[in-house]
Amino acid sequence: MAERLVELQNICKSFGNTQVLDDLNLYIRENEFLTLLGPSGCGKTTILRILGGFESPDSGHVMFHNKDITNLPPHSRELNTVFQKYALFPHMTIAENIAFGLKIKKKSESYIKDKISYALKLVNLDGFENRYPDSLSGGQQQRIAIARAIVNEPKMLLLDEPLGALDLKLRQDMQYELIRLKNELGITFLYVTHDQEEALTMSDTIVVMNQGYIQQIGTPKDIYDEPQNAFVADFIGDSNIIPGIMIHDKLVKILDANFDCVDTGFGENKPVDVVIRPEDVDLVEPEKGIITGTVTDVLFKGVHYEMCVMARDFEWIVQSTDSFPVDSKVGIWVDPFNIQIMHKPESEDEKAAVIDL
Amino acid sequence: MNKSKTTLLAAPYAVWSAGFVVIPLFIILFYGLTSENGGLSTGILQAAADPINQKALALSIVFSLIATLICLLIAYPLSLVLSALSGKAGRENTTFFTMLFILPMWINSLIRTIAWQNILERTGVINRFLNFAGLPELNIINKPPAIILGMVYDFLPFMILPIYNSILKINKDYIDAAKDLGANNIQTIFKVTLPLSLPGIIAGITMVFVPSLTTFVISDILGGGKILLVGNIVEQLFTLDNDWHAGSALSCVLMVFIIINILISELSERKDLSENSKGGIEL
Repeated sequence: MAERLVELQNICKSFGNTQVLDDLNLYIRENEFLTLLGPSGCGKTTILRILGGFESPDSGHVMFHNKDITNLPPHSRELNTVFQKYALFPHMTIAENIAFGLKIKKKSESYIKDKISYALKLVNLDGFENRYPDSLSGGQQQRIAIARAIVNEPKMLLLDEPLGALDLKLRQDMQYELIRLKNELGITFLYVTHDQEEALTMSDTIVVMNQGYIQQIGTPKDIYDEPQNAFVADFIGDSNIIPGIMIHDKLVKILDANFDCVDTGFGENKPVDVVIRPEDVDLVEPEKGIITGTVTDVLFKGVHYEMCVMARDFEWIVQSTDSFPVDSKVGIWVDPFNIQIMHKPESEDEKAAVIDL
Repeated sequence: MNKSKTTLLAAPYAVWSAGFVVIPLFIILFYGLTSENGGLSTGILQAAADPINQKALALSIVFSLIATLICLLIAYPLSLVLSALSGKAGRENTTFFTMLFILPMWINSLIRTIAWQNILERTGVINRFLNFAGLPELNIINKPPAIILGMVYDFLPFMILPIYNSILKINKDYIDAAKDLGANNIQTIFKVTLPLSLPGIIAGITMVFVPSLTTFVISDILGGGKILLVGNIVEQLFTLDNDWHAGSALSCVLMVFIIINILISELSERKDLSENSKGGIEL
């Protein structure tokens, strides 16, 4: 396992009367692509700004290579930021923008020139040296912002929702581009986003946050397949979250019907939340299902159909490549392996987080 | 709102500027171009060639340039501090800081200038204090420094307001980006804040330079009538000599310098704009 590059220790931060971060602990490994994922106001941007040095925590420490950098000003930190709205200097050409950090570090002219052309090649924008930022499209400006940051050879790149302002197609292209850049540069990326698809596509590690608290840390697969609470399950993709009772190991009662599952260790007759992904719900002949319901809605989504099925007063979201007509009776069946059991929220904070969504 | 209604709403302004700006300008031009017997005259050229006028004009330009420079040197750092303060204190307190500059402007400038006369006088507040402290007297009344001081005091708000506004308007992300890329506070000011607030600086320069160039009240009161600026000569031609033709002619000469100043600021602003929107062509 790679060494820890950055460590946030017991970070608290509030703005006025609003507590944004409360005793937050997080570490980021060398050469990791870590994504902070959460809805707006969850504190993810505040973490990024504390790392960048633009905000200082009320208490706690920021460690960088085991050195305390909590009180170090932004210009002395070995990391660079790609801002949400690019923040390219409008009075400078692209070349001048990229050279900004290098000129301040008093690098030689030939070194700067080489770096500019290297960086522009890296982001596929050769020949843009003498253009001004506002003659570039959003996607191009974004790539220049990345070029401007990486020529300084930071140990870590902070990216604050960098793709938020781009259209869908461009956003997908840029995701590949960012993964390529990360591999070529071999540096640590801290990526902040509210877009779960971006997070799942690019990250090594995802940190799901809500209301200043970390909800779950894990690989994209962990987070998607085994969400630890209802907030994570709901935030990462669509989910059917149904209250249930764990009868005993490997058997859960949902909507008064018994479903086989593979989870153990929840105890007997314990209330739990059950997560079933829409693509994991199988619609079958009514007599073959565990429960039966009526199709109320069918939407064609391109690769699949999305259907709503009313069964025992619960509206199931179902995704399938086959469609059933509206008002038809269907059976619902779920593979035991696809049933994910979660503890009920324990603390008030967790509860609040779920209700607020 | 449709177009004809908009035009209608602009009508009072059109009447105002026609009646009080355009027509008076033409009257001055008319007087400047004619002589007392009604024929065409070369009054404007004569006014420009007169050595007394030339000296007054040169003096006016020098004083105005110095006053503008001092205003800029005071206003810029002050605007930086105030914008930082209002950033910290939040939007609602910005009004309070703005009021601080505007407040002196509510007092009649004539009264403020006379107040300075009293402060700077041989037996004024400053000298009484210096005498009391056993220090040498300050003797600048009726001398150029007093006039420049008056110009700076009277016109400083006109420099602060546009600069302060343009600094407030700069996106905080640019400042953060500069610091992120390794610039310390001073480097950030010179490389980012200053160039991005250039429109405010240019507006401020025009708004201080032009009234300084044309003032006659400040030089009259704080110069004791001993130092003639071009404004004083124009005033004397109209009031003492009752020579509207010569006064208008000299006004036209003065107008040339004002127009030059405005053209320069217009051009630099346009250059600023076109630079920002320019494509791939070398500077």
